[in-house]
Amino acid sequence: MKISVTVNGTVYERDVEPRRLLAYFLREECGLTGTHVGCDSSSCGVCTVVLDGERAVKSCTMFAVMADGHEITTVEGLAKGGKLHPLQQAFWDCHGLQCGYCTPGMMMTSLVLLKNNPNPTEPEIREALSGNLCRCTGYQNIVKSVQQAATELSREPAAT
Amino acid sequence: MAIDTPERHSMGQSMKRKEDPRFIRGAGRYLDDIVLPNMLYLALVHSPYPHAKINKIDKTAALAVPGVKAVLTGEDLVAASLGWIPTFHGYDKQMVLAVGKAVFQYQEVAGVVATSREAAFDGADLVDVDYEPLPPVIDPFEAMKDQQIIRDDRENKTNHIYHWEVGKRDETDAALAASAVHIDEMMEFQRCHPVPLEPCGCISDMNGGTGRLTIYMTSQAPHAHRTVVSLVTGIPEDKIHIVSPDLGGGFGNKVPVYPGYVVATVASVVLGQPVKWVENRTENLTTTGFARDYHMRVEIGATEDGKITALKVKTVADHGAFDAAADPTKYPAGLFGIVTGSYDFPVAFTELDAYFTNKAPGGVAYRCSFRVTEASYAIERGMDMLAAKLGMDPAELRLKNFVRKDQFPYPSPLGFVYDSGDYHLTLQKALDKVGYQELRKEQAEKRKRGELMGIGISTFTEAVGAGPSKHFDIMGIKMFDSAEIRIHPTGSGIIRAGTKSQGQGHETTWAQIVAEELGLDAQDLMVEEGDTDTAPYGLGTYASRSTPVAGGAIALAARKIRERAKKIAAHVLEASEDDIEWENYKFQVAGVPGKSITMKEIAFAAYTNPAPGTEPGLEATFYYDPPNLTFPHGAYIAVVDVDAETGFTKVRSFLAIDDCGTVINPMIVQGQIHGGLTEGFAIAFMQEIRFDEGGNHLNTNFTEYLVPTSLETPHWDTDSTCTPSPHHPIGAKGVGESPNVGSPAAFVNAVMDALSPLGIKHIDMPLTRAKVWNAIQASKAPS
Repeated sequence: MKISVTVNGTVYERDVEPRRLLAYFLREECGLTGTHVGCDSSSCGVCTVVLDGERAVKSCTMFAVMADGHEITTVEGLAKGGKLHPLQQAFWDCHGLQCGYCTPGMMMTSLVLLKNNPNPTEPEIREALSGNLCRCTGYQNIVKSVQQAATELSREPAAT
Repeated sequence: MAIDTPERHSMGQSMKRKEDPRFIRGAGRYLDDIVLPNMLYLALVHSPYPHAKINKIDKTAALAVPGVKAVLTGEDLVAASLGWIPTFHGYDKQMVLAVGKAVFQYQEVAGVVATSREAAFDGADLVDVDYEPLPPVIDPFEAMKDQQIIRDDRENKTNHIYHWEVGKRDETDAALAASAVHIDEMMEFQRCHPVPLEPCGCISDMNGGTGRLTIYMTSQAPHAHRTVVSLVTGIPEDKIHIVSPDLGGGFGNKVPVYPGYVVATVASVVLGQPVKWVENRTENLTTTGFARDYHMRVEIGATEDGKITALKVKTVADHGAFDAAADPTKYPAGLFGIVTGSYDFPVAFTELDAYFTNKAPGGVAYRCSFRVTEASYAIERGMDMLAAKLGMDPAELRLKNFVRKDQFPYPSPLGFVYDSGDYHLTLQKALDKVGYQELRKEQAEKRKRGELMGIGISTFTEAVGAGPSKHFDIMGIKMFDSAEIRIHPTGSGIIRAGTKSQGQGHETTWAQIVAEELGLDAQDLMVEEGDTDTAPYGLGTYASRSTPVAGGAIALAARKIRERAKKIAAHVLEASEDDIEWENYKFQVAGVPGKSITMKEIAFAAYTNPAPGTEPGLEATFYYDPPNLTFPHGAYIAVVDVDAETGFTKVRSFLAIDDCGTVINPMIVQGQIHGGLTEGFAIAFMQEIRFDEGGNHLNTNFTEYLVPTSLETPHWDTDSTCTPSPHHPIGAKGVGESPNVGSPAAFVNAVMDALSPLGIKHIDMPLTRAKVWNAIQASKAPS
C-alpha cells in the first residue's frame, strides 16, 4: 500500500506491506532508529512516538498504514536547530537514563504529558509514565527529569 | 598553560555522563540499528514441547516462501561440526539446534534465513517438525529420582550434574547439634530472568574477500566471545572481529553464547552474506539466560543469648537441560561461599547438588556476582528467622554477631578473606536514619489495632570483582582485565578497556579515574570499549567486576604514564628526576613552586621535545590481576504496611546505606543503587519464571513476567559509608549489584515481620498479593 507520513516535518511516501508496523517503518524506511522495539506486546513503551502532536502512541502496536496522512514526532524531532529540548537537557542533567534504550520513549510520553499538564505532580508524572518500562533507573531520576523540564518549559513557553 | 580546576571532573565528582548526548538524541547505536548491505535475517523455530523426540523435519514448505534462502537444522549443524558447543565453564555441552530430541519448551529446533525479517518468520512458521512427546521432568526433586533421564547423550545416565561443598561438615553438624537454639528452614530463590529492555542479537558477517568474520553482538564480554568462537569453529582468532555496540541493558543476560549467534554465523559462512538475528521478548524470556532457581535448606545454631555458633546450607540447584550456568571454572556454585555473610560464624559448611530438568538452560549472574544473591538471601532470611525464634530484635542479633572492624582482613570459614568493612557503623547509621526505635513503637501500637506493619533489615556482604587469576578463570582464561591509555600531543586522549558498559557509565567513570591520576580534564578523555580489534584483552562487564578489576588496570596504566611523564618533566624543567614531585595535579621542582609543568604541557613535549634516551610518545597498557576480590557491604531497611484484607504490600519507605569503598562518581553510584533496588523489588514481589506440570512456560511476555512500572516502584533513600578496599589501586569495590543482592531479603523480612503476629514464618518469593492473602487466610483457618 502506498502511504504518506510526515515524520518530524519531513514527508515520507512509501509503498509498504499492510502488516508493516509503524515502529519498523520509522526505523527501517525512514532510518530513524531512535525509536526502539523491546517487547512485541505493547508493554514496554520503548517504541513510543507522538501522533499528530497530541497523543503518545506505541508504534509497535500501530500499523504503518494507520499513520497514512498523519504527523509523527520521534525523538529525533525533539532538538531544534542543534539546541536540546528541555526534556533532553533535563534527562541529561538529572541522570534520567543509564543504558538509554527506554529514554526516547520516556521523553516522547513526557512531551505529551507536559503539553496537557504543564505542572504535573509527582503522582501524575508516575501515572503518565506507567506505560513506559525502565530496567536501569528505578524511575526516581526520570521523575526528577520531567519535573525539571516542566519548570524549564514554564519559564520559556516558546520552547514547546 | 594552567589546568582549570583539576578536581572538577575527577574522582568523587558527580560529573554528568559523557555518553548521554547521543542517547537523548536517539542517536545511540544498538545492535538492531545496524544494517549492512545484502543483509539477511534469521528467525528460529522453537519446540512446543518440553521433552520430545524429533522424528523428522521437513523444510520444503519453508523453502518455498519467497525470500527464504536457507533452512538449517541440528543435523546440518552436526555436519558442520557445530551441533554442540561447550557450556560456559566447559563441564557440559549444549545443543545449538535440537539434535534427536528437544529437551525444553521453546528450544531452538531450526533456523530460517531470508531476505527480510517478515519472510524469515513466514518461513519459520512453515518448518514442519514431527515431534513424539516424552514425559517431561520439571521439578528438580523429581529429577533426582532418575525415573526419566533427560540427557541420554551423556555417559552417566543420571539427572544429577555435580556435587559441590566447602567448609567443615562434621564440625558444623556437631556445633549445630550442641546449639541451644537452632533454626532449620527451607527457602527458595525462584527462577527469574534479567530481561534487559533490549533483547539479545547479532549480525554475523563473513567477508569472503578478507576471510574475516565480523560479529556485531550484544555482548557483555566481547573478547571472551572472540576466543570462544575461535576455539569452537577453528577460525583463527585474528580472523574474528567482535563488536559490541551500545547495549540496552544486560544484567547478565548478555554473557553466554546463545544458539542464535551460532546459527547466524554458520548461515553467514555458508551463504556469504551478513545475517542478522534479534530475539523477540518471548524468545528472550523462554530461551536465553534465566537466573537463580536455588532451593536452599538453611540451618543456624546459636546460644540462648543469641551468639551464633554454626551455619549449614544445603542447596538443590535446578540448571535446566544443559549445565550452562555462568560461573568461573573452579566455582560451579559461583561465590555461594559468601553465605556466612557479615557474621562471624565459628564454623560453617555448605553443599550443593545440581540437577537437569526439562527447562531452559542458564543460571546467569543476574545483576549478581555469581550466586552471591542467593547466598545473601539465605543468610539474611536465616538471621531474621533466628531472631524470631530467639525473641530477639533482628538489629540487635546482627550487631551482636557482625564481624568486627578490627577483624579485617577477615578470613571467613568458607574460604574468603574479606578486605575491609565496618558493619556496626553502617547498620547503626541506617537505624539512626530511619528512627528505628520510633518505628518499633509505632509498630507495637499498630499491632494492638490489628494492623500489619513490618520492618525488614538486610545487612549483606558481597564478594565481587572476579578475579584473581590464581582462583578465577572461564574456560581456562584467567579473569584479569586490562586498560590502554594514549595521550595525544594536545593533551586529550583515549582510554580503552576490556570491559563493556551496558548503562553503567564507563565512558564517564573511566575518564574520571584517568583525569584524577593525570590532572587532565575528563571531558578530553574519550573511552572506547567493546571492539576486539582495538581494545586490550579483558573478560568484560558482569559480576560487578568492571571497577574492581578494569578500574584497577586503568588507574595503574595512568600511573605508568605519570612515571614516564616525570622523566619528560625533568627534561623540560632541566632538573634531576629525583627533584621532581607530583603536586596539585602537576609536576614541580621540589622547593621551587614556580617551576612546574602540567600534564597537558608534558603531552606536547612527549611528541615535540622527548627526553633524550627515553621512548617518545605518551601511552601505556596495563593488565591488572587483582590480589583479592573486593567485599562491598550495606545495611538496608524496608518499612512496609500489609493490607490484611487484600494481601497488598505497600513499601512505605526504603533506606539503603551502601559501602562500596572509594566512589568515582556519586551520581552514577546512586543511579546504580536506584536501579538495583528496583530489580530487587521486582524479584521480591512480582517476578518468577513458572512452569505448569506439563512443562509449559507460563511467563512468556511482559504481561505475564512483570517489570515494575513507575507506579509500583517505591521511593528510594540512599546514603553511604566508606571503607576503601586496601588492595585496590583507588580503593573502589564495585556497586552495581549490591542493591539487587541486598534488597530481596530486606523486603521479605519486612513482610514476614508484618505477618508475624499471625504466626506466619515464611513465604517464598515473589510475595504477590495472592500468596500473601492466601497465607493470611490460612493463618485464620481453624487448625
